[in-house]
Amino acid sequence: MPILNPRDQAAVRKEFERIAGPVKLVVFSQSLAAPELCQQNEQLVREVAELSDQITVEILNLAIDRERAEAYGIDQVPAIVVEGNRDWGIRFYGVPLGYEFSNLIDSIIVASTGEPVLSEETLASLRALASDVDIKVFSTPT
Amino acid sequence: MRLAQHMSVASERVRSTVIEANEFPELSRAYQVMGVPKVVINDRVQFEGAVPEPDFLGAVLQAVETP
Repeated sequence: MPILNPRDQAAVRKEFERIAGPVKLVVFSQSLAAPELCQQNEQLVREVAELSDQITVEILNLAIDRERAEAYGIDQVPAIVVEGNRDWGIRFYGVPLGYEFSNLIDSIIVASTGEPVLSEETLASLRALASDVDIKVFSTPT
Repeated sequence: MRLAQHMSVASERVRSTVIEANEFPELSRAYQVMGVPKVVINDRVQFEGAVPEPDFLGAVLQAVETP
């Protein structure tokens, strides 16, 4: 049974008209760690990817593809990396449903354009950063 | 919290991870997540709830300041 109903699909297709280039969703799963969540996450990502021919999906296993996981800094499953023409550093832990789903869709679009919607002041401050910034956003679907 | 993802795209220095709090109870406990959204920057600066962009930026800058 699909996760996205026809109305969701239509809404996402409309959003995806703004996609400006290829996006890769790299999914990390590990069936032993969280079988149901990983399966649900993979299904959701596949359903989203079907809504744009610009989106490709790669499914990796946290336990097997350790070097890739380390390179992405992924140590939990289910996880999604949203990549555009480069790795922007966008990660999702857990199945992005509800509020986080719109966040995922927005992340796909901004990853494709490479053009963040932020004020000039914010952009200038971020360009001047001299050290790394790790932002964790704890959220729930509702 | 879309600001975090947009900030990631704006700077190579910024990584953002959205964490589904219910699915990661240990992480949520470790970061004392009581309400969502909760934002934690460099394990140093944290705040709860949606904030305007200048405030979010202020928290980022505070997190990278030399103590």
